[in-house]
Amino acid sequence: MKRYSAFAIAREALRHHTGWDRAWRSPEPKKKYDAIIVGAGGHGLATAYYLGKNYGIKNVAILEKGWLGGGNTGRNTTIIRSNYLQDPSAAIYEKARSLYETMSQDLNYNVMFSPRGVMMLAQTQHEIRGYQRTAHANKLQGVVTEFISPQRVKELVPIINIDGPRYPVLGALWQSRGGTARHDAVAWGYARACSAMGMDVIQQCEVTGVRTEGGKVIGVDTTKGAIDCDKLGIVVAGHSGVLAEKAGFRLPIESLALQALVSEPIKPCMDVVVMANTVHGYMSQSDKGEMVIGGGTDGFNNYTQRGSFHHIEETVRALNETFPIISRLKMLRQWGGIVDMTGDRSPILSKTPVEGIFVNCGWGTGGFKAIPGSGWAMAELIAKGYSPLTDEFSMWRFREGKFIDESVAAGVAH
Amino acid sequence: MLTLQCPYCGVDAEETELTAGGEAHLKRETVGAGDEAFEGYLFMRENPKGLHFERWRHSYGCGKWFLAARDTGTLEVFGTYPAQSKEPPLELRDKISAKRPGWSWREFK
Repeated sequence: MKRYSAFAIAREALRHHTGWDRAWRSPEPKKKYDAIIVGAGGHGLATAYYLGKNYGIKNVAILEKGWLGGGNTGRNTTIIRSNYLQDPSAAIYEKARSLYETMSQDLNYNVMFSPRGVMMLAQTQHEIRGYQRTAHANKLQGVVTEFISPQRVKELVPIINIDGPRYPVLGALWQSRGGTARHDAVAWGYARACSAMGMDVIQQCEVTGVRTEGGKVIGVDTTKGAIDCDKLGIVVAGHSGVLAEKAGFRLPIESLALQALVSEPIKPCMDVVVMANTVHGYMSQSDKGEMVIGGGTDGFNNYTQRGSFHHIEETVRALNETFPIISRLKMLRQWGGIVDMTGDRSPILSKTPVEGIFVNCGWGTGGFKAIPGSGWAMAELIAKGYSPLTDEFSMWRFREGKFIDESVAAGVAH
Repeated sequence: MLTLQCPYCGVDAEETELTAGGEAHLKRETVGAGDEAFEGYLFMRENPKGLHFERWRHSYGCGKWFLAARDTGTLEVFGTYPAQSKEPPLELRDKISAKRPGWSWREFK
């Protein structure tokens, strides 16, 4: 792998940019790997990357039925934060946020991490108490957040209307080190780094079956033939249930559509991320100037990667009051992704009833921010059989009643 | 927009008029059931990409709960039937068989 640098740009400029390598190879699958990761989205690629980097397991294939980062990795609103109430969540999301800070240097790939700050508006008395509680919890967890006044909100976001008649802004939970990153670049950067370690990123290769023998995984059947493996990581978000069924176990997961949309580009007007959970909309401005807007999920199971139109209307209507400036913006694009929701709205990073199969799913509506932390922890779980970061996220916590109940903590999907 | 016909009042109800209620034909576990049975009842859900049976409520209409057969991969609706049904009616199952030969969902086929 040739390193990217200012010098490399100068060198290539002198020879008409003919010397760039492909960022990753596209090999045919080998007969056998030490580990196979199903799903070349952010979480799958990060898992493979840290398997190689932290544990020296480099005979790894990452199988992807579509194209790299073409699922939820390329469909989210790119928000990164770690202001969670529950300790296990704060630990893994804060790990992820801190890894994002050095990711561009680590991968030698610019992921455009922008720690511009994330603000969660308190628009009811209930939310004030909730976010103050979260701010206190974050202090104990070592996550830097603070509860700020409406005046400070207005200073940070001049375009906001804090005196809305229905939902005035009463304060906000402010995480100054949260922000955004270029989501595609995260997938591409990890894929390039994995490929450079000798791992095989195999696209357009759908897993059609999981082969087991005596309760242990021995390989997978794919559209490119059978491949053997010692360990199998299933990291396929919305399609986790489908794959678990092939492997012979069930997951407490339902798949729903979540949408996002962007406006036409406008001049820079908001340099933080704002989330309004009572009215349920969130917004940031991309480097291109588009206002990036997200809202809630549909209520019913859906695999179509497009959502219901009335949710767009609800989200935009809700944000209009708080941001009157957007009321005449034209919306440019809208898209949907399939999110995998668990009963407590927290992820599952776990061993499974089949020996050698590990599952990483259930990130629901908030997976992008967790990608490096999730990969870091999942790699540890696969390599060592135990990780302190994944311990509480076992798939058996539902039977034991040990929920990580962020849905109650956040009041909405998160 | 997703449209389901309410089997009680006969209205073709749009999605905004309805509330989704999750998986249909769940067996309610109660005192004496084991941990696994309770876990299944409370958290484990069918999540197929394809034919699915669901509960819906005609919230902004007659208010009744009913059941529906729908494809989660295409959003095609096969039909709706009353909530008091122990299993999908034969007529509906035949209709599904015509379009999805050899279908199965939990214990039904």
